[in-house]
Amino acid sequence: MATMQSLDIRRRSASTEAPPQVRQSAIQVAKLIDVSKCIGCKACQAACLEWNDLKAPIGYTDGTYDNPTDLTPTSWTVMRFTEYERGDDLEWLIRKDGCMHCDDPGCLKACPAPGAIVQYTNGIVDFVSENCIGCGYCVKGCPFNVPRISKVDRKAYKCTLCVDRVSVGQAPACAKVCPTQAIYFGSKEDMIVHAEHRIADLKSRGFQKSGLYNPPGVGGTHVMYVLHHADQPSLYAGLPDDPRISPMVGFWKGVMKPLSLAAIAFAGVFGFLHYITKGPNEVSDTDERKADEMAKGKGA
Amino acid sequence: MSEDKNVVARYTTAARINHWITAVSLILLALSGMALFHPSLFFLTNLFGGGQATRAIHPWIGVVLAISFLGLFFRFFTLNFWKREDTVWMKNLGKVINNNEEGLPELGKYNAGQKLVFWGQSILILLLFGSGIVLWDVYFEDYTTIDQKRLAAVVHALCAIGAILIWIVHVYAAIWVKGTLRAMTRGSVTRGWSWKHHRKWFRQEVKKS
Amino acid sequence: MTNSWNDIKNTDLVLVMGGNAAEAHPCGFKWVVEAKANNGAKLIVVDPRFTRTAAVADVYAPIRPGTDIAFLSGVMRYLLGNNKIQQEYTKAYTNASYLVKAGYKFEDGLFSGFDEGRKAYVDRSGWDYEFDEQGMAKVDETLQDPRCVINLLKAHVERYTPEMVERICGTPKDKFLKICEMIGTTSTPDRTMTSMYALGWTQHTTGAQNIRSMAMIQLLLGNMGMPGGGVNALRGHSNVQGITDLALLSTSTPGYLVLPTEKETTFADYMKSRAFKPIRPGQTSFWQNYGKFFVSQQKSFFGAAATKDNDWAYDYLPKFDTGYDTLKIVDLMAAGQMTGLFCQGLNLMMAAPDKTKVQAGLSKLKWLVVIDPLETETARFWENHGEYNNVDPKAIQTEVIVLPTTTFAEDEGSATNSSRVIMWHWKAAEGPGEVRSDIEIMSDLFHRLKTAYAKDGGAFPDPILNLTWNYSNPRNPDPAEVLKEINGYAVEDVPDPADPSKLLLRAGQLLPNFGVMRDDGKTASGCWIYTGVYTEAGNMSMRRDASDPTGRGVFSNWGFAWPANRRVLYNRASADPNGKPWSERKKYVWWNGSRWTGPDVPDYAPTVAPDKAVGPFIMNPEGTARLFARTALPDGPFPEHYEPMDAYIANPLHPKVTTNPVVRVFAADAKAFGKPDKFPIVATSYRLTEHFHYWTKNAHTNAVLQPELFVEMGERLAKAKGVKDGDWVEVTSQRGSIKAKACVTKRLRPIMVDGKPCDVLGIPIHYGFVGLTRKAHPMNVLTPPVGDASVQTPEYKAFLVDVKKTTPPAQSPAVA
Repeated sequence: MATMQSLDIRRRSASTEAPPQVRQSAIQVAKLIDVSKCIGCKACQAACLEWNDLKAPIGYTDGTYDNPTDLTPTSWTVMRFTEYERGDDLEWLIRKDGCMHCDDPGCLKACPAPGAIVQYTNGIVDFVSENCIGCGYCVKGCPFNVPRISKVDRKAYKCTLCVDRVSVGQAPACAKVCPTQAIYFGSKEDMIVHAEHRIADLKSRGFQKSGLYNPPGVGGTHVMYVLHHADQPSLYAGLPDDPRISPMVGFWKGVMKPLSLAAIAFAGVFGFLHYITKGPNEVSDTDERKADEMAKGKGA
Repeated sequence: MSEDKNVVARYTTAARINHWITAVSLILLALSGMALFHPSLFFLTNLFGGGQATRAIHPWIGVVLAISFLGLFFRFFTLNFWKREDTVWMKNLGKVINNNEEGLPELGKYNAGQKLVFWGQSILILLLFGSGIVLWDVYFEDYTTIDQKRLAAVVHALCAIGAILIWIVHVYAAIWVKGTLRAMTRGSVTRGWSWKHHRKWFRQEVKKS
Repeated sequence: MTNSWNDIKNTDLVLVMGGNAAEAHPCGFKWVVEAKANNGAKLIVVDPRFTRTAAVADVYAPIRPGTDIAFLSGVMRYLLGNNKIQQEYTKAYTNASYLVKAGYKFEDGLFSGFDEGRKAYVDRSGWDYEFDEQGMAKVDETLQDPRCVINLLKAHVERYTPEMVERICGTPKDKFLKICEMIGTTSTPDRTMTSMYALGWTQHTTGAQNIRSMAMIQLLLGNMGMPGGGVNALRGHSNVQGITDLALLSTSTPGYLVLPTEKETTFADYMKSRAFKPIRPGQTSFWQNYGKFFVSQQKSFFGAAATKDNDWAYDYLPKFDTGYDTLKIVDLMAAGQMTGLFCQGLNLMMAAPDKTKVQAGLSKLKWLVVIDPLETETARFWENHGEYNNVDPKAIQTEVIVLPTTTFAEDEGSATNSSRVIMWHWKAAEGPGEVRSDIEIMSDLFHRLKTAYAKDGGAFPDPILNLTWNYSNPRNPDPAEVLKEINGYAVEDVPDPADPSKLLLRAGQLLPNFGVMRDDGKTASGCWIYTGVYTEAGNMSMRRDASDPTGRGVFSNWGFAWPANRRVLYNRASADPNGKPWSERKKYVWWNGSRWTGPDVPDYAPTVAPDKAVGPFIMNPEGTARLFARTALPDGPFPEHYEPMDAYIANPLHPKVTTNPVVRVFAADAKAFGKPDKFPIVATSYRLTEHFHYWTKNAHTNAVLQPELFVEMGERLAKAKGVKDGDWVEVTSQRGSIKAKACVTKRLRPIMVDGKPCDVLGIPIHYGFVGLTRKAHPMNVLTPPVGDASVQTPEYKAFLVDVKKTTPPAQSPAVA
């Protein structure tokens, strides 16, 4: 998308240069999805398709309400429906899935293409398609299994948090259309305060374990959930209980990078030093003579 | 023995072509792989026509390498079995490094270092090929889980670094030990070189002639 | 709606029953969420399925489809038995204290006056009050007389014990009692409950009685006319309230006036039964103005041709012999008794029950005109779509003419929403290709007919030739001019009744309200309840003032609510008989010592003091609301539980009268109903939030979000049939069978009915063989061709089926 200014970029994938630092005033934004208010109407899905001009293919039903059945390059948000039996009562947990806009984004960490993934100063994590090389490393980096690579153009796609709308002071399309205001958008601070009110209401209705999902393992997220069962996020169609960037990705994109280069450099330097201190291993005339002798003597 | 009575034939033309295909693809893989591995080397993607192209070409070069290396493997694996003298040679590695090969056992076509290079690359290329398939989303995305892909990425990167390090040793050895390079460029080595480094093999070659 | 969407935010308790507001009315449902979040309201959902509404409910209870009256009667029994009623309200504002004639009886499932042969209550004289010599209804203020309405009601609902409710409805007793208790809390003056319903109540053979039951509960609780109260119908199209107001029923004219019957051959006959004299002292009985509304309407229709001398062109009106509802029309078509049919904004092939019968009927027409913005199954009923519509086009001779028309966004005009608010909408885009607006098409048709009648005469051309058509562009009238005509205007100068020397209205002036209407031909109005929508001050439906000074959600300057811009009907009842608010918390309209005041427009003249004891229910001649409906409905003055026509069990209350005894069954449909031995599963139809009826299957985004027909079944049933998610199943009813994919869910648990587990199957209505969604069998193949006893709304919500695992449908052949 890249509709913000370069000044607004806090982090840039695969870049060794320091990002600009002068712009400090940006408010941290957040989308708050109140699962307890969500009726699963999919207006957010429709708005996402419409606003982003996505033409998802018409699929088939698999006997559930999840349609499309998963996130795709043309479906950046999907509702996931879970039937949960809590004692004698049934609960239909409906979660809007999509990019969580981690404060410490695994996708950005994993991305090898400079500037293909950026994080703006307001916290939004965005894919810059022109820089994307389609390697799929973001998929491996993401703790939430969100990015999808298009089979058509081999570019990665996901929710942009409507950065094009947010940058001109509009709420994301999904938040704008949500009929029950289950999707709130504003500063992260305000969203946390709003969530507290909602959690108090839920507790008064018997959901003692209700709470805010803002997982610290990824530095918090800019998409947060109010959950009735915040003690069991995985009830909600496998929302990770304690998401963090996979240690494998951390190693791969962390210490391994400098260590590897160091090892290669060391090998090169070692060879060079060896050569200038010990010199080449040469065949001497004596060796040649002895070899000739042996050849004449047929190896005797 | 070669027609030039002063040299010993070491590699056939086919073997040399096979080697150089492997070498070139390995270098290209290292360049394209490193470009995607470390941001400061991303500029190397320009050699391949940009990031998308690099990402697309890299696995195909890998296929070339795998096939080519397989050829080398079957050509040479019997010559790379570990012998008693290899252990002795390894124990005296310090002397070798100091350009002092006096008193070491006579060696066949390959010394222990070369054998380690051979077996090391064989194992690493196998791992690289396997993990590379897992990471090759264009064709194989649906066959593995994301966690398996993550593991593959780590394995692929580790093996690649290993292979590059071995490659450096291999190349340096060829530069350091004078007279070696012509084995792969011209297919032959001098008698003195053979006598000095691979006397047992030289003896056999002399007998054959 | 008696109240409004916005008003729901004032409520303390929401009962969604007979509807699925979150699913079918997600935008309006925001007010429920608002009430929950900011007013501490609780939400109860009673539904055969655990719906999207249930997903956000505080309490959910299952119910067997078609047993709502048993449930609601059980609630009434609980409220009456536990004194959870608003005593003072009930006494003052309902007919609780009225004495009912000795002729009224209820025995073995039948009210008095039933004629077995004619399947009707022929003698309904007993269904009325005792009257004194002055013609006033007799009351017993002490409520002691056993013939008091309240005592008869108590006796009537006594049978609906929690055990009986559980036996009939399958609702567990503890759940039922918990809900009763919650409902009971709103009998206090400072708490209200709102009822939200939709087709889940109307689409039954007892549809009107379902809604009446809730109205009675709300009256007992004192929740009518109160903020956050009311009985609220959630209308399904943006303007279905508008079409209802403008004469949806074949026996109505606009504004809920009634078309004459063939027995009412003269205007005098017609007006004789429409005097509406008050039957309690001092009451308004607003229908006394019937003549003014009727004459003004005739003036609006026929202008100068309607004169006093010709009884305001009374003879121009058709006189009906029987109602011509959809079911009747389909039956006539199928019997070969119709020549042609106009389907304007109606996809009959999908929308009427028993698709096979509809298809056969359409095939017997000479011609069919389809006026629609979209491709419809109706326009393509003759096409072979494989097993989805397996017909032989060669055998069908019906000539089909499709007139493409604009959608709502491609023309301007007014639409009336569920809150009765008339709102103007503007054109957003030009329609594609050769489409024309409905108004233009109808104008063209009218002019062609008029020309034909002018040229060829005919039996009675006068109504057509004399129809008013005073538009600046007669070929394509401006919708604003039509709305002005509906609002009404002075035909000639109208003197002020208080001071004849003054002029109240000059000729041509738009009417400010229906109070100025006359029965002397000086005023014209197309639909009296809409008067005030387009006055000399402008088009009120265009108002978009979002201010709500009291925070009650009244928004008086947003659009125009009929009648008289009143947002909550019967709001006089929000104050006690002395005019004081029942409670400070629910203060809405009250007497301030000199006039009625508050955020809303009061029910009657604001200066009529409380001591005049004018009741809030001004449309009734008694001024009170009716717990006892008198003869208003054909199937009884009190609601009674009857099984759906596909009866799952014999009625436990009266096995000899299992189904509604006065339901109309056409001779052709005598064998149309299924029995549980062959069809042991109860099915219900419903809508999905992703789709709007049969339209949005033509829209790509909606098709993406729900691409294909499925049927929902519980895990028990699925296991018994060996069915998994996504398997193909065949669902069969007495009428036919369809194939669909299975959606196996915990949300449809078997319920214990009459001691046995009852499986419920749910089928969405949206899918057909035309559109972008996957081709499907229209599900109305399954539904029974029978309707509500009062208004003939088809019984889509409760029927019997069987289900089995099957193979996918064969690919349908390509269509030319």
